[in-house]
Amino acid sequence: MSNNSYKTNILIVGVGGQGSLLASKILGSIAKIIGYDCKLSEVHGMSQRGGSVVTHVRIDGEVVSPIITPGEADYIIAFEMLEAYRWSYYLKKDGIMIVNKQKILPMPVIMGKEKYPEDILNDLKANNINICEVDGLQLAHKAGGSKTVNVVLIGVFCALNNIPFVVAEEALCQSVKEKFIAMNKKALMLGYESACKSK
Amino acid sequence: MQNLLLANEAVARGAYEAGVKVISSYPGTPSTEITESAAKYSDMYVEWAPNEKVALETAIGASFAGVRAMSCMKHVGLNVAADPLFTVAYSGVNAGLVIVVADDPGMHSSQNEQDSRYYALSAHVPMLEPSDSQEAKDYIRKAYVISENYDTPVIVRLTTRIAHSRSYVELEDRIELETKIFKKDVSKYVMMPAMARGRHIKVEERENKLQADISNYNLNKIIMRDKKVGIVCAGNVYQYCKEATNASLFKLGMVYPIDVDAIKRFSQEVEELLVIEELEPFIENKLKAHGVKCRGKDVFGIQGEFSVAYIREKLYGEKSPKPERSIPVRPPVMCPGCPHRSVLYALKRLKLTVNGDIGCYTLGASEPISAVDACVCMGASIGMSHGFDKANPENSKKTISVIGDSTFVHSGITGLINAVYNKGCSTIMILDNSITGMTGHQDNPTTGKTILGEETHQLDLKTLCEACGASSVRIVDAYNIEEVKKVVKEELERPSVSVIIAKRPCALLLKKHSPPQKILEEKCRNCGMCLTIGCPALEKRNSGVAINRELCVGCKVCNQMCNFGAIVQGDANE
Repeated sequence: MSNNSYKTNILIVGVGGQGSLLASKILGSIAKIIGYDCKLSEVHGMSQRGGSVVTHVRIDGEVVSPIITPGEADYIIAFEMLEAYRWSYYLKKDGIMIVNKQKILPMPVIMGKEKYPEDILNDLKANNINICEVDGLQLAHKAGGSKTVNVVLIGVFCALNNIPFVVAEEALCQSVKEKFIAMNKKALMLGYESACKSK
Repeated sequence: MQNLLLANEAVARGAYEAGVKVISSYPGTPSTEITESAAKYSDMYVEWAPNEKVALETAIGASFAGVRAMSCMKHVGLNVAADPLFTVAYSGVNAGLVIVVADDPGMHSSQNEQDSRYYALSAHVPMLEPSDSQEAKDYIRKAYVISENYDTPVIVRLTTRIAHSRSYVELEDRIELETKIFKKDVSKYVMMPAMARGRHIKVEERENKLQADISNYNLNKIIMRDKKVGIVCAGNVYQYCKEATNASLFKLGMVYPIDVDAIKRFSQEVEELLVIEELEPFIENKLKAHGVKCRGKDVFGIQGEFSVAYIREKLYGEKSPKPERSIPVRPPVMCPGCPHRSVLYALKRLKLTVNGDIGCYTLGASEPISAVDACVCMGASIGMSHGFDKANPENSKKTISVIGDSTFVHSGITGLINAVYNKGCSTIMILDNSITGMTGHQDNPTTGKTILGEETHQLDLKTLCEACGASSVRIVDAYNIEEVKKVVKEELERPSVSVIIAKRPCALLLKKHSPPQKILEEKCRNCGMCLTIGCPALEKRNSGVAINRELCVGCKVCNQMCNFGAIVQGDANE
């Protein structure tokens, strides 16, 4: 979103059950508030059961395909480190990757058949990928629940992308049930502030 | 007002605006959210039926009774509903009737990638295919107009990438329609040979008429760009072609019948004609049969989903970045606390041949549980075990069916009746987690709640199975591995049909969990036995095993796995 343009391709990656649907919904609401066209492509069904999950969010004056082409994502928001690694080829050259420093072991690793790669973040950095590390779980706990990791990461994204906090907050309120708004607002704020500090 | 809607939600909205009164469906990815979303409009009666055949028959009844009706399903669901489909195609409708079918190219959540467009062709029913959420809503409204103008059911086809994508939709008001009178007319509504012959002629007539009228409905559109190549496409592939190329496009909104004459005219404006479509060469074959020169499947193939990147690569040889590293795969797994895990583990320990079915328990075919040996379609597990028994009676002592509660009601009951009637000796396990799980938790006849959450009669599986003639129906605790093993062993010995119902609610629905378990390091021998249960909350470390407190729901199945008492109840606030 440089040059005052909000044209953005965002890939949200994570493990089924981590809440990527809500994250993409909030981004959709943001697009609507700022008056941009937007398409989201979500994953429902079997892959949601602990599988690798990818959600595409495209914001532009006019969006055609709902799917981002590899190498054309401005941002990747990774809810989990191995998933950050897996989908990094979608990022464009000067794109930014927001990585939640959480590890969820896939079954082949749990069974000891494969190793969870060490040093994922350093390897990505060595490949000249701009990484913004976030301890999402810690911030989510601070906000009142580990389920709010998704909103913490949206907070980080909004800060990096110069989306005014009030816009993010309004989008959040449109997307979550009333009884969860207070906790999620805190999560959004914590994510937003952490990114502003690191900028 | 504009809303960012899933195409599935837009279909529901389209039904609402079109004045639909009755919707009956069975859940199935990627179609489920249509009916869930429709249930939120109080002006429509919306229900979950036990299967797609019943759902479509209900919609047919409502249409005959004079109100607009709809039935929604996934592609394989249309196979179940195919029987009423082919004959209601003859009868036609009274008020409009629309069937929504969602195909799953790439098989994100399905057992095959059949192309439902062939149903339109072979049943002679018009089919529309939208390319975004706005069109999904608009096409539903047009589908009702076509249905009533031509006295035919209409199918609206979605694919996963349309059904599960969100884009803006302009909302409009609902039209309220008078209920039409059902006039006795056996020549139209009673399909027996003499009448059906007459109706078959009408089917041909109406299809010819619609073929001539297609352009009146503004469903197809032409976008003239570079004239070197013209592409015929529909649905999500239209979006990909628009973005990936600068070619001229003929976008089909009505994929059956196909407006061949219009495409012929389009082909004369361009130097070369291409057909780009996922799955089968449905459009391409039709054009070729009419002598239209074009290319298609020789370039693009029939497998899986297409994308902008794929089309650019095939047309221009442009390569997009590909994964560079070999990274451990992350297949879907049964959730922590899933009651299917312990049951399937017990069956594996008994070294049984397990005929599986469609639901989360199919994941029990994957490592490390690897218990499920076969899986074909909804309800098939029971018939298959009966077939195993009849192939060789010895098989019955080492073969078992596993089927979920919703799947059993969908199409397992007739399998049970068959096994009993034909003196079989199968053992059938109903994994009763009290919900339709894989599709995202829909109520069904065994939950005692309607789609609106209202209390209703709760189907009692035990009584039902007894009434079907099962000689023994026993209930076990799905979490208790030893109990499951013991009861299964006993029932396999029984020389008649028996049913075991393993009960425990889906772990995702538990409002309150026990606190996470913990490992007593001094007792852990690092033998790895607990890991063979395949729970995502257990992690192998160099020094032993750890429990991921974020994931563990305290089901205590792993406790049973440890021979050294090293896994115990942890504290809530550790």
